[in-house]
Amino acid sequence: MSFTGLRALLPKHDLRALLILAAIIIIVMPLFLDIFRLNLVGKYLTYAFVALGLVLCWGLGGILSLGQGVFFGLGGYCMAMFLKLEASSPEQTSIQSTPGIPDFMDWNQLTELPWFWEPFHSLSFTLLAVIAVPALFAFIIGVAMFKRRVGGVYFAIITQAIAAILTILIIGQQGYTGGVNGITDLRTLLGWDIRTTSAQYILYFINAILLFACLLAAQVIRKSKLGRLLVAMREREDRVRFSGYDVANFKIFVFCIAAVFSAIGGAMFTLQVGFMSPSFVGIVPSIEMVIYCAVGGRLSIFGAVYGTLLVNWAKTFFSESFPELWLFAMGALFIGVVMAFPNGLADLYQSYALPWLKKQRLRLPARLGGVKTPQKTTE
Amino acid sequence: MFAEYSMTELTSIFAMQGFAGLLLFSVFVLMALGLAIIFGQMGVINMAHGEFMILGAYVTYLTSLFFSNYLPSLFSGYFFVAMLLAFITTFTLGAFVEWAMIRHLYKRPLDTLLATWGLSLILQQTYRTVFGAREVGVTLPDWLMGSYAITELIEVPINGIFVMVLTLFITFCVYLLMQKSKLGKQTRAVVQNRAMAGAVGINTEKVDRYTFGVGCGIAGVAGSAFTMIGSTGPTSGQLYIVDTFLVVVFGGASNLLGTVAAAFTISQAQSTMEFFLSGSSAKVLTLLTVVIILMLRPQGLFTLKIRR
Amino acid sequence: MSALNAAKKPKDFVLSIEGLTVSFDGFKAVNDLSLYVEEQEIRVIIGPNGAGKTTVLDLICGRTKATSGAVTFKGQNLTKLKEHQIVQVGVGRKFQNPSIYEDLTVFENLEISFPRGRNVWGALFFRRDAEVINKVNEIASMIFLGDKLDKPAELLSHGQKQWLEIGMLLIQDPELLMLDEPVAGMSVSERKLTAELLHRITKDRSVLVVEHDMQFVEDIADRVTVLHQGKTLSEGSMERVKSDPKVIEVYLGH
Repeated sequence: MSFTGLRALLPKHDLRALLILAAIIIIVMPLFLDIFRLNLVGKYLTYAFVALGLVLCWGLGGILSLGQGVFFGLGGYCMAMFLKLEASSPEQTSIQSTPGIPDFMDWNQLTELPWFWEPFHSLSFTLLAVIAVPALFAFIIGVAMFKRRVGGVYFAIITQAIAAILTILIIGQQGYTGGVNGITDLRTLLGWDIRTTSAQYILYFINAILLFACLLAAQVIRKSKLGRLLVAMREREDRVRFSGYDVANFKIFVFCIAAVFSAIGGAMFTLQVGFMSPSFVGIVPSIEMVIYCAVGGRLSIFGAVYGTLLVNWAKTFFSESFPELWLFAMGALFIGVVMAFPNGLADLYQSYALPWLKKQRLRLPARLGGVKTPQKTTE
Repeated sequence: MFAEYSMTELTSIFAMQGFAGLLLFSVFVLMALGLAIIFGQMGVINMAHGEFMILGAYVTYLTSLFFSNYLPSLFSGYFFVAMLLAFITTFTLGAFVEWAMIRHLYKRPLDTLLATWGLSLILQQTYRTVFGAREVGVTLPDWLMGSYAITELIEVPINGIFVMVLTLFITFCVYLLMQKSKLGKQTRAVVQNRAMAGAVGINTEKVDRYTFGVGCGIAGVAGSAFTMIGSTGPTSGQLYIVDTFLVVVFGGASNLLGTVAAAFTISQAQSTMEFFLSGSSAKVLTLLTVVIILMLRPQGLFTLKIRR
Repeated sequence: MSALNAAKKPKDFVLSIEGLTVSFDGFKAVNDLSLYVEEQEIRVIIGPNGAGKTTVLDLICGRTKATSGAVTFKGQNLTKLKEHQIVQVGVGRKFQNPSIYEDLTVFENLEISFPRGRNVWGALFFRRDAEVINKVNEIASMIFLGDKLDKPAELLSHGQKQWLEIGMLLIQDPELLMLDEPVAGMSVSERKLTAELLHRITKDRSVLVVEHDMQFVEDIADRVTVLHQGKTLSEGSMERVKSDPKVIEVYLGH
């Protein structure tokens, strides 16, 4: 891409935001946090993938999905199935009545591996599935809903129902899915022990890099005509339709992208935390992920990351110190953000912090004798 | 799979299953009625609806405690007092919530959804703090205990029958309220044309507040009835919220009769399937069917074609 | 269809509507309507409230599905096409209330309507090249908004928003332009400018206008169709329609 293209993609303020975020995540956090806390941050950052998807889907496009946990879970479960199979080699499971299958299957009297587990012996298939399964699922939902013009609150409720359905299914089909406990006791990835400190460091950085890749992808979408179309659709869907666009296709696309982001987050969650369970799939976690995005600012891709970190930090803080207060705080957060700060932290930054910073900066060269003209805002 | 049952046994199994379905139907209808008013008429998604219902249940629980401790002679009639109190409490809270929160968000339905979700979290934690995390149950008055044997094999519990009768009664009242009462007519007027309704002297803000309050109040009554057949915990309300929304949407949102029909269809389907499959599979299958039908017919089953 | 219709349908009709009916729960908003628009004709549809004027536009552009009847545009049956396909074959539609994207700038509003990159990948890799910029500038100055390109559209006045939407249609360069009450809510001076604008932009296309303002109708119309209860009541030049006793009866007389 040419330099001007790059400038258009990352105008100065976005570039600065990106660099600051990168410095915090890649340098500050690993330097100042012990591995336990860093692993925790890594876990939070996997939710940031979901929040990022929601910025595109909900913030720009106005499509509120209350079922993003589904995609997070699908990605996470795909990864967990691979890791579980690796941890269930016949040697390691020789005490079971059927060695070579995951322990929970054995407990549920299964005597052979279900067919849909088979391909997850292969890492390359798994990596493909992490992306493809959620994307396909989102595509099917998207086609079914958006082609028939289901939107707004109806879409929200139906995605919520889908999250409920998948949770009930996972819990009910214990023998195939590990049930309510999920898929636990994951140990190695191609023989590499993911529970060691060094592995946790490496996974943290892989996670960070993937997050920045997704941030850049989101930025490309946001800055393209497609991004502006999403905003246009949010406001006047009919006008976009009568300007010659098949509105449904755009919604399907952005919904699939959000699903893929979530799934990457889910897979990285499994790798860093070492298990996957239905408690990350259902209605409650799904709607909680929306609040990460709302706190950061539904229109800001960087805000989504900060929002996720902040809410999760608060959650950990409360659950460690005042567990009974957490739901109050969370409830107040939902109400407060929606009513008082609909555009979240990003808006606070834009309206208060940025003007103040600019004023400080203008003052400095003035004192030095040469006034720089204020930067022209880029298109 | 029917081979091992005799004909009479089969009949009674189906009858019992049908009865279980009717009970589920009652629960759905009771929850959905309030929601149908709030969502169908006002277009507001109230995710805290289940918590309003639970509030009604807790009020009933407190009333039963009060009667058994201070007025044991009147205990057999406590339920009717409780129902009234439940309505008043939830109505008041509902009207307050409308004033403090909902009215600022009418133009942002998705935000209303998130804000009321926040409210539901706060209410849940309040219940947990006040009543404890464990489920509480009420003592039934004598006349609601026991069961009525229709044939040798078919027995139906009296409290179940009572709840069904109550459901029919409440549905009828809601129907009258929406179709015949002044508030009902004003609500429908405001829904159809807010500006015009305002112009002919209807206080639209007040109508909004009362409508929301009444919807919540009905949820409270539903919660009160709910205590007759089950116990109440802080998160009991959340269990049903998605099902209830599906019922309302399935029924065509603004159509009370459709809501009842949808509740009937879904509850019967689920309880019949529960007999053949495990409980979770039945639920998955029911929800899945509803979702698929909604994808094919997003406007719900019972709606009219309207001019845009 | 019948021999009469076949005889009435020479090649130069851009749009022909035949036997068009739509009913909403038994109420026929448009009832067996036939209407033919010639190339480069400016046709105005008038009629009392509820006559079905806007519904006719909705039916042509696919917003409402017809119960029966045919809408043919350049030999294609529009009733079979989806809305965005109808736009792509060359029908543009302006809504009654200004329908623009308030959160985007005037430039972006016009750019979105530029007929290129209309599918997902096209939009993702759309580049703002000289062709786009020139075209946007050209249209913007035509709709009197040349100096407001960088402004968010929400800051425009009501009349300017109407112009912007007309501009968004112009940039699509449709062969049939449909305008629903284009001067509603405009000041007198804005009305004059709009009439001028319409005269200029209708040179090489057909235009279908729904309008209430009689002065304005007289100013622009080649021919007028009077709708009443979903049917054509009268059709012809403004002079002829004005003197038609049926029209006076239901519309102008009261």
